[in-house]
Order: sequence, then C-alpha cells, then structure tokens
Amino acid sequence: MSGAATVSSSEAHKLVWEGSVPLLIHLHDSEVTTLPPPPPALVLAPRLGYLPLLISQLKPYFSTTLPPGVDTLWFEYRGLPLKWYIPTGVLFDLLCVEPERPWNLTVHFRGYPSNLLLPCEGEDSVKWSFINSLKEAAYVTKGNCKNVMNMSQSDQVELWRSVLNGNLESYQRVSSKLKLGTFEDEYTENISAVSTASQQNSGEADAAAQVKSGEQKLYVNNRIPVRLYVWTVTEDFDDLESAPQIDNWDKISYINRPVEIQKEDGKYFSLNDAIKSLLPEYFPGSSFDNLGDASTKQSVGDEGENTCDPDSSSLPLENAEIKLVRIQGIEPCLEIPFSWVVNNLMNPEYFLHICVCLKVSEANALQ
Amino acid sequence: MDQKESVRDITPWDGTLSSSDFFSAACAFSEKWKRFNASVPPWLWVPSRKHHLLSSHKEEGYLSLEGMCLIKSSEEQESCRSQTWKEESSISQEEEAVENATLVQSSCDEVNHYDFHIVYSPSYRVPVLYFRSYHSDGQPLPFGEIEKDLPDHSAKIRSESKWTFITQEEHPYLNRPWYKLHPCGTSEWMKLLFLGDTALNKNGFVIEHYLVSWFSVIGQVVGLKIPLGMLETVSC
Repeated sequence: MSGAATVSSSEAHKLVWEGSVPLLIHLHDSEVTTLPPPPPALVLAPRLGYLPLLISQLKPYFSTTLPPGVDTLWFEYRGLPLKWYIPTGVLFDLLCVEPERPWNLTVHFRGYPSNLLLPCEGEDSVKWSFINSLKEAAYVTKGNCKNVMNMSQSDQVELWRSVLNGNLESYQRVSSKLKLGTFEDEYTENISAVSTASQQNSGEADAAAQVKSGEQKLYVNNRIPVRLYVWTVTEDFDDLESAPQIDNWDKISYINRPVEIQKEDGKYFSLNDAIKSLLPEYFPGSSFDNLGDASTKQSVGDEGENTCDPDSSSLPLENAEIKLVRIQGIEPCLEIPFSWVVNNLMNPEYFLHICVCLKVSEANALQ
Repeated sequence: MDQKESVRDITPWDGTLSSSDFFSAACAFSEKWKRFNASVPPWLWVPSRKHHLLSSHKEEGYLSLEGMCLIKSSEEQESCRSQTWKEESSISQEEEAVENATLVQSSCDEVNHYDFHIVYSPSYRVPVLYFRSYHSDGQPLPFGEIEKDLPDHSAKIRSESKWTFITQEEHPYLNRPWYKLHPCGTSEWMKLLFLGDTALNKNGFVIEHYLVSWFSVIGQVVGLKIPLGMLETVSC
C-alpha cells in the first residue's frame, strides 16, 4: 500500500469484516492412512473468525484418509499448537511476522494436546468463549454485563450467526442494542488512518496535524477492553524475514488489561500512549500510568515477611523501543488517536487485539 | 493523595480493587493465614514472570497455594465422606508408615493434589480463584472427578448462585488450562459482605480484610475452610 489513505469509519469496518487470511492446511502425517496422501486444503479464513469453525470446510477434504476415532480438531504452526480462542487474524499477525500467503498450517483430527490447549468441542465452545469475552468487554466498559445477559434469545442467535457468516450489517443491527460503543469523534471522517511502516514519518506528521484541529469526546467511560500480545527481541531486525520465530507461547506476554484513557491538557491520547500505558515496566517515563494507585507505599511489602517480599531494587530501566505494532493486519501510525483505532479496528466481541514487538536489552527479554 | 482519600470516603464502594490494592490485600491475607493456619502451607506471592527481571513500584503477580492433598476416605456412604486437606510433605511420611506395616490393608484412599492460585483480574477488578487438580502421577483429573472432591454444599452454592460457576480457562500467566471460579458477580457480593459501609473504607480497612472476606465465601466452593480467628474484625 503506498501512501496514506483516508478511510471513513464505515469503510474501515467493512474492510475489517472482509479481512481474511488465505490458509493452506496440511493434514498431519500421522493421520494420513491412504496413499497418495490428500493434498492440502486451501481455505480463506475470516480474520475475525476462529480456526475450529473451519471444520465444516476441512472435514470433506480429509475424512476418507483419517484413522478411526473421534474427531478432536486442533491446528499447529511449525510445531506450535494454536490457541483456538484467539481470532484467526490475530494468530496470523502474531505468529507470522513476515506474512506468509497462503499461511501454511497443519491440522490434526486426533491426539488433542489437552495438557496445553483448552478443550474445544466445536462451535459451541467457540461461541461460549466469544460470548464470555463479550461479557468481559461489557463489564470493562460499563461495570456490569447486564446488557449482554439480557439479550433476547433471537438477538443472541443473530449476533453469533453474523460473526459466523461475516455479516456486518446483521452484526451492527444487533450489537448497536448493546450500546458498547465507547467513542464519538468529530474528526473520524477526516483523519489519515492507514499508512505503511515505511511511510511512518510522513504519516505521523499528517495525523498529528489533522488531529490537533479536532476534538475528542469520550462517550461512556474511560476503560477500553484491550488484549495485548507482546514479544521481545534484543536486536534490531532489518526485515521481517530475519525476525525471530515464536516457537513457544511462553515467549509471548499476554496482557488482558483495559486501557484507561487519561487526558492531558492540549494532548490527545494516541495509540502509542495506549500501548505504553499497558507496559509501564518497559516505559517508566510514560506520562500515562495504568496500573492503579501511584501512591501505594513500598512499606506494605514489609508486613508480609518473605511471603510478600517485593524486589525492592529499583534499577533504572532503559526504555524499550516499539518495533512493530499490528492490528487487523495493518501497522498503524503510532501517533493515530487511540479513539480512531478503538472505533474502527475492534473485533466483534468488543476487544481490541494488538500485537506488539518490543526491542529490549538482554536482561529484560522474555525468555 | 489527600484528594484521593476523600474521594474514596464519599464515593460508594463498588466492591472492586485496584491492582496495587490487590497486592496489599494479598500481603495482609497471606500473613493472617500463616498466623492462624500453622498446619497448612502458606500462601506465597509469585511475581509474574515477565516482571521477574524488572522491577517496578507496583507488584504484579498472584498468590499461590500448591501441593494441597485431598484425602478421601474410602467409606461407601458419601455423607460420611470426609474431606481432609494435608500438605504433600506430610502425606509422604504416612505412606512410608503404611509400607512398613506388616499388615497391609489395600489402601482405597486416593490422594488428589490441588494447586490454588488467587489472581487479580484487571477487567473485573477483583481477585479470581484458579485451581487445578492431578493424581500423584501428575495426570490431571477430569472435571467429573473434581466434582466428587468438592464438598456437598459446593454444588448447591454453584447451582443456586448465578454468580459462582466453574469454568476452564487458560491461566493468565502460565499458558495452561486451569479451572477458575468465574468472577462476574464478585464485586456484587463483596459489596454485600462489607454491607456497603463506606465508612469502612477509611484507613485501608477494606483492603486489609478484602481477601479474608472474599476467601470466606470462595473457599467454601472448593472446600478450603478459613479459621474463625481470621475473620475477627479489627475494632475501629
């Protein structure tokens, strides 16, 4: 994509809902009982969807070759079992640093790794997980989940169906009743929103200039449901191909914490601010601090003897550096107002999923 | 800071805690537990791994009580089934004694191991109990077996209260499936426990007693009792 594009809110929603990841799905060798082995299945998976929902497309491809037994579907990428409750687009943005198109995945119908992955019993499990996240988002935004719990049966069905089928109109019709929207922007229509990483500098200037002329209104409350997936590198990488492979979920720090919007006079709250507010240990100098009372006294720890012994050596930390941010497959300019990102790039369960790569010193790296 | 304190006095408390309040509450809880529960392992604070190498003025982590063994007697009548918790270390001593006995009764006693973690939820702003169970060989217990371990009144609590149910979710820090007691009603009943008395917010009373009160309810669901001594309130 060359140059910054002006994208309206409705266009952005449409692009997000139409977003998909081409997958080339190979059946694991151990489950191939026929010769020749079946060819891999080429499937276009919606970004906003979930891998287990692809079973109806995949089963016909592989059913004749599977060994006897009950199907327990799971996926892996280069040996890493994939967490099925993470939306497909997020998995792709996170694990495929240099985007592979199509994305080569391995599918299993047997031997579910239940010590590693939550059990998944098909569509019902995915739906439950989705609704649960929706309730959590409602709680974050409104302080209770009543609006979700009180949805009529038919609305619930339509909401889930609209996610299953990628039907934005139907989704908006039902979800608007939940009143979980958080922002109203006066300048949404005018802002430069999408830019490539290489164009970041000019994009930053554009966005910053346009935003200063706008006004930011906060709609309901200041807490935004966010799920941050952070991985660290200790060296710069020139191109994405040389970025280290994530081969273990322990290398990803999963932060499920709401962003609290804090405003400073004369400044709008940017995406950069939002991300840094969730990572105070890496960005101690950040003016927006998200982890509660700054007034907590250190002495509290003394009461607990060795059961609550805080590491009291406050080492001065070098600031980490944000190397990469991906949301819905795009790398937004970090100076974009966070409200725009929230309004346009959220998933249907009202969570904003952000993949972040940080460059840190060796001592601070996630092992 | 003065302003914050006075705001707290005025605003009706909603039953929730900030992350740093949780740390304070955790320290108070684990200290009291040690004092009143000498025969049982202490709750340990585990700093969250990603913060282990870094320091910050806020503590992020969770409380951990691991290696609890639930000994089920082999009595046939379930109503007589006793639920005894012991430390892992005391179990192994008993096992040795059995082996050395000349008259060996085939032991029907099963030992199920339980680990409990109290983890703060930033979304719900309350503590959440996570637990997992496994046999002595490390094999995880299926939920059906866990249900048999839970005290009889646990099922009653869980079915009657729309707020208290057990789900299986990934542990927020450990990348493994654990069981958890769903948090969505916690703030509601925590408010009730403190009788919505905003005066109690003074001097950190709520924080100091939050986890003790919380655990007095939650513990019942998994059969962990809290000694009465811990529930004594500090006279203001």
